[in-house]
Amino acid sequence: MNVRSQVAMMFHLDKCIGCHTCSIACKNIWTDRKGTDYMWWNNVETKPGTGFPTKWEDQEKFKGGWEKPDGQLVQLKSTSKLKVIGNIFHHPHMPSMDDYYEPWTYDYQNLFNAPEGADQPTARPISMITGEHIAVEAGPNWDDDLGGSPVYAQNDPNLDGLTEEQKLQLFSVEQLVFFYFPRICNHCLNPSCVASCPSGALYKRGEDGIVLVDQKRCRAWRSCVAACPYKKVYFNWFTGKSEKCILCFPRLETGQAPACFHSCVGRIRYLGNMLYDADRIEEVANLPDEELIEGQRSLILDPNDPHVIDAAMKNGIPEAVIESAQESPVYKYVIDWKLALPPHIEYRTFPMLFYVPPMAPVIARRRESGALDAVNDELFHDIEDSRVPLQFLANLFGAGQQGHLVYALRKQKAVRWYRRALTVGDVSLEMAEQMLAEADCTPEEADAIYKLTSLCTFEERFVIPPMQREQALASLSDPHEAKASAGFGFLSGPKRGS
Amino acid sequence: MTEIYANVTAWLSNLQPVFFVALPYVALFTFFLVTVLRYRTQTFTYSSLSSQLLENKNHFWTMVPFHYGILFVLLGHIVAFLIPRGILAWNAHPIRLYVLEITALAAGLLTIVGMIGIIVRRMSNSKVRLVTSRIDTLLYFLLLTQLVSGVAVAIFHPWGSSWFATSMTPYLWSLVKFQPDTSWIIGLPWLVKWHIINAFLLILIFPFTRLVHILVVPNPYLWRKTQVVRWYGRE
Repeated sequence: MNVRSQVAMMFHLDKCIGCHTCSIACKNIWTDRKGTDYMWWNNVETKPGTGFPTKWEDQEKFKGGWEKPDGQLVQLKSTSKLKVIGNIFHHPHMPSMDDYYEPWTYDYQNLFNAPEGADQPTARPISMITGEHIAVEAGPNWDDDLGGSPVYAQNDPNLDGLTEEQKLQLFSVEQLVFFYFPRICNHCLNPSCVASCPSGALYKRGEDGIVLVDQKRCRAWRSCVAACPYKKVYFNWFTGKSEKCILCFPRLETGQAPACFHSCVGRIRYLGNMLYDADRIEEVANLPDEELIEGQRSLILDPNDPHVIDAAMKNGIPEAVIESAQESPVYKYVIDWKLALPPHIEYRTFPMLFYVPPMAPVIARRRESGALDAVNDELFHDIEDSRVPLQFLANLFGAGQQGHLVYALRKQKAVRWYRRALTVGDVSLEMAEQMLAEADCTPEEADAIYKLTSLCTFEERFVIPPMQREQALASLSDPHEAKASAGFGFLSGPKRGS
Repeated sequence: MTEIYANVTAWLSNLQPVFFVALPYVALFTFFLVTVLRYRTQTFTYSSLSSQLLENKNHFWTMVPFHYGILFVLLGHIVAFLIPRGILAWNAHPIRLYVLEITALAAGLLTIVGMIGIIVRRMSNSKVRLVTSRIDTLLYFLLLTQLVSGVAVAIFHPWGSSWFATSMTPYLWSLVKFQPDTSWIIGLPWLVKWHIINAFLLILIFPFTRLVHILVVPNPYLWRKTQVVRWYGRE
């Protein structure tokens, strides 16, 4: 057992209101520089929708992530180490700026400087790359709230495998439904971006699992951009370096939540570290699709198990980090309650950002008499009758398998009805308890889920492990000496080569 | 007219020690000094500065022919420099000589096609033009000059694979041994000399350009572990 600690995340989609505050917080801190203008390390997508960059989930096009051909070991999708080298001059699966959008601003000065004329002056869009006037054709969140559904939402790759009837139902005007899908880098356990980097510039930090790009070693070979199935590595067109979400590690190291977590209005984001067994990643990555969710859960170790604690201590994990793992809210949602699921586990990167799937409105059925009826005798009927077809959610959160997804939705629903019986009282407690039992939940667990979901404080949502970078430094050299000889760090700022 | 040509040639001939002794040493000295200094102090600037993100349609048809072409051509030069006897032995058979010469010429033409494509792409796409620096322009001019002169040499002064091994290789080795001897190449046509001078100019500007990406070509990738984990303070 090779125990490591990973800063893991959970987004509660049932609470996301799609306000994009997270995206703005991130943008303002990290990607307002030239060359990063088109990047959104954090973005919020409307589902169904094609996302950002357009159709990032279409791995037939972008060939991201891993695949396991029959009888073979897992490998980077449609590539090999030799192919990565062969593709170094031109990457065949690299998205171009057209797949994102050409960043633009507006010619605001014209509002002040335009000569007097018959018409009101306007602020025309100008490209942030060339400075020329452009016709804006796409942008971040171009399909927000199902805008342009026939062009965007209906091309969502997750609609594959749905029947025509289900698709019609999803897009018929009166039944229209959508939910939000906020995304950042998943800081995966088996990152395909790291595995694909010819320069070895991308790496996973051993202490906390944050995946970073070494800016000094990146040579712009672009493999990572194509290899990340979530398209969360971006290419800085100005500096010629790849950049990605850094999980605000300078904030984490000083005990603050990442900016997107901190600013989340809907309080949907949870962060806490989990212990995992690094030795078993390869074995689990080779499991068949339908066993991947269970497999990833089995990688995550119980931080209260004395054997695990022993092994963790032997591996040099500080006690405070283990204690922090014991408090992790993410562990509760993912392992204890099994409410949170990884996105697209079939890419086999083992994302460490988990999602509680959203509850959707229920389809009203027209009775033979003509009356609308949304009530059914079966307790969990409306999960199957959800306006978002289960298969759609299963494609997103279950590698096409509905089992774990239905479990999570049933438990959420049971907790809701249990709380409704307790607080509103229009549902009998007996029935609510029966629902809990059928959803594999106890009243105590339901209370805990309710509290951490609805009444959670800042400190309960963000259990940030002590990063202890100072101790790590002290183990290497005398801090006083290091302080006296370190100077101001890099003397030259990052500037584009020639 | 012939008088002017004779004057110019005489003047150029007088300058030959500058072109074939001074220039090579200045170029090589600059190359080694600046690449090392730049790597140590400006590591961040070592990048291929790919523009594939900005323009992905003509990228394939320019980058791929250029790079594979130039790899083949450069490899030919290096082999002739390192094992001239091997090349001569290969060329002893006319058929093999023709095969080598025609392949090399084809690779040269492929590289030119790619290079012209690269220049046209750089000039025609407004986004890519924006990330083209002045030193890039100089580099592309010198590269194109080098390719055109090289292919012209292959066409007008054929069997270069053989005479390279018997005249260029000894000259280059004389430079390496710090006993420069230009007599090996003094009789070569001016077209060839132009190719040589331009090559040293390319070596001279190499460390100031994006060409440094050749030096950081990622060979360890093939035998490193799949995943990279870095620990603070552990190696």
